[in-house]
Amino acid sequence: MAEDFVIEMLHITKVFPGIKANDDITLQLRRGEIHALLGENGAGKSTLMSVLFGLYQPEQGVIKKNGEEVRVRDPNDANRLGIGMVHQHFKLVECFSVLDNIILGVEDTHYGFLQKAEARKKVVALSEKYGLRVDPDALVSDISVGMQQRVEILKMLYRDNDILIFDEPTAVLTPQEIEELMEIMRGFKKEGKSILFITHKLNEIMAVADRCTVLRKGRYMGTVDIADTTKEELSRLMVGHDVRFAVEKKPQVPGEAVLDVQHLVVPSRVHKKDAVRDVSFSVRRGEIVCVAGIEGNGQSELIFGLTGLEKPASGSVSLLGKDVTNARIRDRSKLGMSHIPEDRHKHGLVLDFSLEDNLVLQRYWQPEFQNRGFIKRGEVRTYAERLIDQYDVRSGQGPVTVARSMSGGNQQKAIIAREVDKDPNLLIAVQPTRGLDVGAIEYIHKQIVAERDQGKAVLLVSLELDEVMNLSDRILVMYEGEIVGEFDPKKTTVEELGLYMAGAKKQGEAKA
Amino acid sequence: MNKKTKQPLLQNPAAISVLASLLSIVIGLVLGFILLIILNPGEALHGMKAMLGTGFGSMDKFGKVLYQAAPLMLCGLSVGFAFKTGLFNIGASGQYTIGSFFALLFAIQFQMPWWVCLLAAAVGGAIWGVFPGLFKAFFNVNEVITSIMFNWIGMYLVNLLMANMPKMLASGWGAPNSDRTAALSSANTGAIIPKGGLDKLFGNSSWINISIFVAIAVAIVIWVVLQKTTFGYELKACGLNRDASQYAGINAKRNIVLSMVIAGALSGLGGGIYYLAGTGQYVLQKSILGMGFNGIPVALLANSNPVGTIFSSLFISYIQVGGAAMQPAYSPETIDIVIAVIIYLAAFALLMRGIIAKAISGRKTKGGDGK
Repeated sequence: MAEDFVIEMLHITKVFPGIKANDDITLQLRRGEIHALLGENGAGKSTLMSVLFGLYQPEQGVIKKNGEEVRVRDPNDANRLGIGMVHQHFKLVECFSVLDNIILGVEDTHYGFLQKAEARKKVVALSEKYGLRVDPDALVSDISVGMQQRVEILKMLYRDNDILIFDEPTAVLTPQEIEELMEIMRGFKKEGKSILFITHKLNEIMAVADRCTVLRKGRYMGTVDIADTTKEELSRLMVGHDVRFAVEKKPQVPGEAVLDVQHLVVPSRVHKKDAVRDVSFSVRRGEIVCVAGIEGNGQSELIFGLTGLEKPASGSVSLLGKDVTNARIRDRSKLGMSHIPEDRHKHGLVLDFSLEDNLVLQRYWQPEFQNRGFIKRGEVRTYAERLIDQYDVRSGQGPVTVARSMSGGNQQKAIIAREVDKDPNLLIAVQPTRGLDVGAIEYIHKQIVAERDQGKAVLLVSLELDEVMNLSDRILVMYEGEIVGEFDPKKTTVEELGLYMAGAKKQGEAKA
Repeated sequence: MNKKTKQPLLQNPAAISVLASLLSIVIGLVLGFILLIILNPGEALHGMKAMLGTGFGSMDKFGKVLYQAAPLMLCGLSVGFAFKTGLFNIGASGQYTIGSFFALLFAIQFQMPWWVCLLAAAVGGAIWGVFPGLFKAFFNVNEVITSIMFNWIGMYLVNLLMANMPKMLASGWGAPNSDRTAALSSANTGAIIPKGGLDKLFGNSSWINISIFVAIAVAIVIWVVLQKTTFGYELKACGLNRDASQYAGINAKRNIVLSMVIAGALSGLGGGIYYLAGTGQYVLQKSILGMGFNGIPVALLANSNPVGTIFSSLFISYIQVGGAAMQPAYSPETIDIVIAVIIYLAAFALLMRGIIAKAISGRKTKGGDGK
């Protein structure tokens, strides 16, 4: 090995209960290169970086610095080795000034009093050298997200780190800020610092990276030189094209539109940008429309807007010709909207309720289950027993099982039983198979297809391209809050979708 | 073999709750006893006997236990009911004060019969509960802060109103003092809650009246509301998971307000029941009444279960009556400390529940018998 590797992670394996997050992964970082780490959600990128940063201990594999084996037991060890990290979610004290945040943890004191003059000089010098514009005295709570990120970068530089990890640094930035960040990264490279750049945006990799390591489902897919590759190849490496489940689906002619969305804009809860920007589409009877995209591109907010969990800023949503843009959630439900939510613990279930109480969560108020405000416990029990039987929901004590004690797959089945049994006109399913085992996934796919075959309109949001390709009759790709393409799954490929999902391509203003 | 039949019982959350509450009480009593030894070693055993024995010692004293338990029970129900909706009603005291005022206002000023006065007390408490509810629901202002404020506002408002209503005060009815309300025996005997013959049963106890049955009936009604109705279902859903209840189309804002209104009405009713017994007069206060606050340990001890509240309020009332009997060997202040220690420990019921649950599940995994 004549090559000059500053950090090597060799054959790293990290196992969590029930899942191999990293399976024999090797990553070698050359001195003075920008090395991208590419992979879908759940591919194991974060786990790998946590191992490097000392947050997890791997079951197998070694880490070498400058060719010598080292142990990273905690982030302090990482810091001593010169490894710094800008986390996706910044770790800043909001009510401290920029300078205080930068020196926090390594501050100089003299008889217990802070000595900030030296620190300030160093920070100012660093910020000028690398073009990292910050105001040392501004409070972090008052500055923009872009500047907060620069503070995080300065924190690494202040600690004289020369191995810099950026975890999805561009997710929260505007295009101009992204351009600036790229420039800064190139500056570091010139200084001989080594950069690990975690992302799933292909354009950015092509723009700044020298090499790229690709992970898929916890496995190492290879390392490629950016100069010798294309976005298409990277995309294929990232998502793979092995089809895991063939779902049997009869051809179906879609009927009338059930859901019609026009120019919908939904604000974000996290940042000031709108999460959904001017989105228009419709879902017809007997078709499964799938919203594909990389996590965090506005899919969740789109669904919040459609289901009433978040108030749209503008635009309209209509269900069977009725305007429901600002309708109450209960009224949407009465009009036949069913919603399998993304977060089953947060929205889908009252975990401390019994299974039967959860199964009637959307219907307890119907005459079938209550009489003058008194719940018909007998009816609830009978209904719950039927659903448990029909949808094969397994639990310790049947209807009276506390939902919290059930397995994730059975919790999800309970939600699906509840939502499907409502006999909806529109079924909205958000990542219905996330975190489930193969058997449960297959079952849930069958249920969704059965709903479509009965002439229901189905809107599916999924991050899994296999699922998207298998289930959908029509695919909408979302990128940064917009629908950037519409596809027929029979006439497109995973690679093509990947390009749109990563923002490399966009269909010219062609929207229905 | 024996273990196998026992385990399901110990895994039953209700059984764990009862066990936790009992354990907390025992620990509280032990600590209280230690405190008695420290304060006055010679009298400790005797004092403890007084505390534990007095309540059942005579029918008169037992009557007093029941008499004090009734308002305590209602305050406990108030706090517990709000807890079920995920709200901490620390304003029970203010609601209790306003309820007392409404009851006495209708009794003395308007000369109404006792049951009208009780209804008025509930309405008064409800009015005092609605404000923290509205602030919480529509502006997301923490209900703890607003209800603490409303405790003080309520107390001084009542003082102000009473001081300016000459007919309300004892001095308006021929008595010399003007720092308290008129005794109902002289102002309006029809407003005194009937004894229903209980006084004879309880050895001519001056304390006892039907209020304990009113309180128990209310507790059962609250239990039915929470367990059997769609309204209770919605309240609990809101309390356990606000997001999921929103997802299910439950109007969380409405439920928060209603929950505080009902909690307020319960505390207010407690105030009415206490002052309409005819044995006490409302003294213009300089500090917030303790009854509302005592509702918090009552609710905690019962784990917010309305039926449990019946027992926890009886327990706390019992040690209060017993504590009073420790005089003169102990001063009233030290007795209060001992009672406070016991009540304080009782509030550890939740913690204890966690410990027990952990111990049981720990044993289960050790036994390797879990799935």
